Amino acid sequence: MASSFDVAILGAGPAGAEAAGVAAQLGLSTVVIDEASAAGGQVYRAPAARVPEGDAHHAEGDALRAKLAQSAAVFRAGERVWNIARTSDGVGALYDVATIGARGLETAQARSLIVATGATERFYPRPGWTLPGVIGLAAATILLKSSKVLPGSRVVVAGAGPLLSLVAHLIIEAGGQVAALVDVSPLHEWIRLSPRMAARPDLLARGMAWQFEIARHRVPVYRGYDVTRVLGANSVEAVEIARLDKEGRHRPLMLEADALCLGYGLTPATEVYRLLGARHAYIPERGGWIPELDDAQRTSVPFLYGAGDGAGLLGAAAAPLTGTAAALTAAADLGALEDHRYREKANELRGRLAKASRFGTAMASIARPRPALVKHIDDSTIVCRCEDITAGEIRRAVNEGAENINALKFATRCGMGPCGGRVCGEAAASLMQCHGIDRTRIGQFTARPPLRPISLGDVTRNFEYSDIPLPEPAPA
Amino acid sequence: MSQDFDCAVVGGGIMGAATAIRLAEGGMKVLLCEAQQLGMGASGVNAGTLSLQIKRVALMPYALKGHAIWAEAGDAVGFKESGGITLAFTQHEAEILEERMTARINAGAPIELISSERARQLEPHLTARIVSASYCHADGYANSSLTGSYYRRKLANAGVHVLEHTTADEIEPMDNGIAITAAGTVYTARRALLATGAWTKEISARLGVPLPIRVRINTVSVTERMPKLAKNVIGHATGLLTLKQSTNGTVLIGGGWQGVGTPEAGRGQVVAETLTSNLRLAQYALPELADARIVRCWTGFEANSPDFLPMAGRMPGWENLFVLCCVRGGYTIGPYIGRLMGDLILDRETELPLFDPIRFVEQHDSSTTLSR
Repeated sequence: MASSFDVAILGAGPAGAEAAGVAAQLGLSTVVIDEASAAGGQVYRAPAARVPEGDAHHAEGDALRAKLAQSAAVFRAGERVWNIARTSDGVGALYDVATIGARGLETAQARSLIVATGATERFYPRPGWTLPGVIGLAAATILLKSSKVLPGSRVVVAGAGPLLSLVAHLIIEAGGQVAALVDVSPLHEWIRLSPRMAARPDLLARGMAWQFEIARHRVPVYRGYDVTRVLGANSVEAVEIARLDKEGRHRPLMLEADALCLGYGLTPATEVYRLLGARHAYIPERGGWIPELDDAQRTSVPFLYGAGDGAGLLGAAAAPLTGTAAALTAAADLGALEDHRYREKANELRGRLAKASRFGTAMASIARPRPALVKHIDDSTIVCRCEDITAGEIRRAVNEGAENINALKFATRCGMGPCGGRVCGEAAASLMQCHGIDRTRIGQFTARPPLRPISLGDVTRNFEYSDIPLPEPAPA
Repeated sequence: MSQDFDCAVVGGGIMGAATAIRLAEGGMKVLLCEAQQLGMGASGVNAGTLSLQIKRVALMPYALKGHAIWAEAGDAVGFKESGGITLAFTQHEAEILEERMTARINAGAPIELISSERARQLEPHLTARIVSASYCHADGYANSSLTGSYYRRKLANAGVHVLEHTTADEIEPMDNGIAITAAGTVYTARRALLATGAWTKEISARLGVPLPIRVRINTVSVTERMPKLAKNVIGHATGLLTLKQSTNGTVLIGGGWQGVGTPEAGRGQVVAETLTSNLRLAQYALPELADARIVRCWTGFEANSPDFLPMAGRMPGWENLFVLCCVRGGYTIGPYIGRLMGDLILDRETELPLFDPIRFVEQHDSSTTLSR
C-alpha cells in the first residue's frame, strides 16, 4: 500500500515531533514515522508501564505526545523504515520510504524528507567488555526509565558525558547501589564548560542536585579515570580503572561490581543521510561525522533536511527548534510558505536556537570522540562483537594497506554483522586514527539497506510463484 | 621515484590488478591508479559466485581458466568448490535449462542434468516444487570482499607502483605514449590501460570514443548467520538467482535484480520492489530462508556491451591506449582475461583470442564513429 505526503519525518523525538506539528500547521500533508510504539524519542521515552511519581522528563514527554496527537500529522508508530530511495516525479524530488511494521510492508511517498533520527551511543571497547553485565549508558537509561529495572546490585557507571550522572541518579532513585562513578573528564574540563552550562540554570541545577545525591550516597567518584579492563568468569565480577594522563596509565585500581554501565557520549545517527548520498563533515565537538547543513537545515541533497541530534549534537533543548526550522524550510521550498513570512519566522528562530544550543554543545564537547582511548587496548580485545573481530585483526589490516573504513570492512568483516557498524564503527575508526590516518580519509561505513535488520519473510509475505516477475534472461 | 612508466593501468579492480601483475612479471615498470581503494567496485561487491552454469557459452574456455586461478588462490580469497545446482520450477524453465546447459556441456563445462529427486538428495532443504535441475561439481564461490587485500599483496610482490585514493583526472595522448594527470601529478607511460568497469562508459566518452556500454545495477543481499541450509551454490534456470551459504553461516543472495543509479553519481540504490522479487525467488528455492533476517543489501555496477561479450583490446582511435571491461561473469573470468590483456600490451601472442572493441566502430575514412 502506498500513500503520498508533502513531507515525511523520520523519528518522533523532540525534533521530529515538533517538525511534524509545524509542517502540519503550515498545511503540508505530513507523516511522522517512528519504530517505537509512542513518540518522545530517547530523552522523553514513554514509560512501558505507568509510574506514579512525575519526573520532569515524563511531563515534557506527555506534553510532546499530546501535542503530536492533536496535530493533523499522521503518526505511524511501531513502523521501522528499512529503505529509502530517491526518485523524481519530473517536477521535484520524490522519496519512497519503505516501512515494515504490524501492517506489513508499506511505502510512503513524500516530496521532502526531514531526518530526525537522533543519536546512538559511542563505545570504546575494553578487554572484557563483552561479558554479560556490561551495558551501555543509554541502554541503562532505557532500562531504568521505561521499566525501572536495575542493571545489577553493585553497578560501576563509567565513561564520558552527562549520561554518567543521569544513570547514577536513576540507579539511586530505583533503590540500587552505585559502586563508583568513573569519568574520563577531569574536573577542570567540567569547570571550563560551566559558563556555557549556565545558559540553562534549570539543567545546571538538576545536574548539581544529582552530584549532591551521588555524594550523599557516598558513591566514590573518579574523575580523569577510565576503565581499563572488565574482569569475570561468566559475568562481571570486577572493573579495573586507571587514571589517564599524557604518559599513559597510572597504577590501576580494582572495583568490585556485578554490572558496568559504560558509554563515551553520543554519535549522530547518520545512516539515512549516508544512504541518500548527502555530504558529510567530521566535526568532533558536534559528535563526529554529521551531514553538512546550511543555516536553514538543508542537506546537500535537494528536499532532504536534518533536525535534532542526528544532524549534529545540540541537545534536547535545541532539538524542537531545529525541527521547527527544518519544517519551515521544507514548507518554503515546497512553495507552501511565502518568502517574507518564512524569513520572519526563521530569523526569530535563529536567536532562540543560538541560546538553546549553548548547554547542549557544552555537553557534546565533553562527550566528544576520544580516539586515544583505544590506543592501549590489547590485540585480543574484541572490537566488532557481531563478527568477533579483534583490535589485532584491525591493526593488521591497517598495516597491510586498508586506509578507509570500508576497505577495512572488506578485509576483516568488521561492521558486516547485524549492528551494521553502529557499535564498532567509532572504535574501528579510532584504531585507524591511532595509526596516523586522517579521519576524513577513514570516512564512514557506506550505509546499506535495510537500515535495521528485517526478517526475509516479512519482506516476501505470502506469494505465488507467478507473482515473481521474471524478466527475460541475458543471452546464454 | 621517477614518474615515467612502461604502462599505466587506470582502475584497481580484478581486471586492472591482474593485468598490472602480468605486465610487471613481463618486465614492465607499471603504475596502477585507483580512485578508491583496490577491489571496492564490482570486484569487491559482487556475490562471489564461481559457477560455470551461468557463464556465457562463448566465454566458457575463459571461465574454466579463471576458475582454476581462483582455486589456486584458495583461502586467501575464501575459495570454495562447493558444487552448484541450478533449478527449474516450470516446464518452460526446464526447457531453457536443458537447452542452455547442453550448450555449456558442449563447450566443455562439467555439468550434468539431474532429476528433482537427485537435486533434493544433494540439497535436502530445497523446495519440493522443482521440475528439473542441473549439477556441476566444479561450481563454487569465493569471498569477493577479500579481492582488494588479496591483490594489494600480489601487486606489492610484483613490484607494481600502486596509487590508491587517486583519481586519474586527465588521460591524454603524447608522443609515443600516454600522459595521465592524477592528484596534480603528471605520470607518463608508453602504454596505458583503462580497466575502469562501469565508469568506462563516461571515461570513454570524455576521451572522444563513447563506447556503447550499458550499465546494470545488480542487487546483492546477505542474511545473518543461519544454521546449515545449503552446501551448494543454488541457481535458477534464468540466471536470476544465485544463493550460497558461506562457511560462517550467512546466506548471500544475488541474481542481477536491478537497483537504480549511475556510476557517476556514486553508489546505486536498492529498489524495494526488485529486492522483494529477488528474495521471493530465493525463498521459493529454499523455504526456510523465510526465518532469516536480512542484514544488508547493496548494489554493484556491471558494464555490458551490446553483444554481451567483453571489450578487450586497443581503444579505437587511440594509439598506445587499451581498454578492458564488459566481461560478463567478470569475477570468475577477470584474473585470466587480465593475463591475456597483459600479454597483448606486452606484444605477445595471447593464449586465447581477445575481444577487440573495434567491432563497435564503423570506419569512415579517417573519422571514427560508433555503431550499436
